[in-house]
Amino acid sequence: MSLPFIIIAVVTLFAAAAAMILRNLVHCALSLVVALAGLAALYLTLGAQFVGFAQILVYVGAVAILIVFAVLLTRSDATPNQTILAPGWAIGIVISAVVFATLGWAALNSTGLPKGTPPAPVATVKNIGDVLMTQYVLPLEVIGLLLTAALIGAVIIAMKEESPNSGSSRRQSAPSEKLERTDPALRDCYDAKEGGRV
Amino acid sequence: MTPLQGCLLVSALLFAIGLAGAVTRRNAILALIGIELMLNAANLNFIAFWRYGAHPEALSGMMVVIFSIAIAAAEAAVGLALIIAIYRHYKTTNLDQINSMKG
Repeated sequence: MSLPFIIIAVVTLFAAAAAMILRNLVHCALSLVVALAGLAALYLTLGAQFVGFAQILVYVGAVAILIVFAVLLTRSDATPNQTILAPGWAIGIVISAVVFATLGWAALNSTGLPKGTPPAPVATVKNIGDVLMTQYVLPLEVIGLLLTAALIGAVIIAMKEESPNSGSSRRQSAPSEKLERTDPALRDCYDAKEGGRV
Repeated sequence: MTPLQGCLLVSALLFAIGLAGAVTRRNAILALIGIELMLNAANLNFIAFWRYGAHPEALSGMMVVIFSIAIAAAEAAVGLALIIAIYRHYKTTNLDQINSMKG
C-alpha cells in the first residue's frame, strides 16, 4: 500500500463520516462531494482513469448538485433543533459495526485473494469503447433505456399535481398576498401605488 | 497486508459508514446519501478486484462500475423526485413522520 493511497483513503473516510454525522444537511452534501472526489482519486491511483473521470462528472457534477437542490427544495437547509437520529439508532450502529467486522474479517483472512501487484493493466478509452460496442452492447442499450425511463419517471413524480377543481393555485397565492398587505413596509408601498393610480 | 486487502478494508469501512447513516438518520435525503456511499463502496471493490485480479485486459470490472454509476445516477434522480413529492404532501422529510401510504 503506497502512501498516496493511505492519505486519500483517510480523507475519503473522514469526509464520508462527516457526511453522515453533521447536523446541517448542506454541510452533509458538501462533505459528500469531498468523499466522492476522494473516491475518484482512489480510482485514479488504481489505474482506472476513465472510471475516475466518469465518477467526477456523474457524482460530483450531477448527483451532488441534485442532492443540494433537493435539500433546498424541501427547505431542510436550516440546522434542525430536534434530534437528528431516528429512534432505535443504537441498533443501527451495532448492525453496521457487525457488517464492518464481517467484511473486514473476510478481507483479512480469505485465502483465495490474489496476492502481489500485477503490472498496471492498459485501459485506454479506445479499449473501453471497443469492449462497450462489441461485448457489452446489449447492457449499454438496456442502460440507455433505463436512464430514459428514470428521467421521464423522475419528472412525472416531481411534477406538481393538478387538483381537479383547478382552483388550487389561486388558493395558494391568496395567503401570501394577505401577508404582504399586513407587512407595514409593503403596505406603504401598496398605498403609494394605489394613491398614485388614483 | 496486500494492496488488495487495503482496498477491501477501505471499501468495507465506507460501506459500514453508509449503512449506519442510512439506518440511523431521520432525514430521507441523508438516507439517500448513505445509499450512494454504499454503492460507491461496491464500486471501489470492483475496481480493486479488476486491478489486482486475473485478466484485467478483459475490462469486466470496469464495465460493471460504469454501468453501476449510470444506475446510481438514475436511482438518485428518481429517489430525490420521490422525496420532493413526499415533501409536498407531508411538509416534512423526517422518515418517522411519514408513516401512511395513503396520506
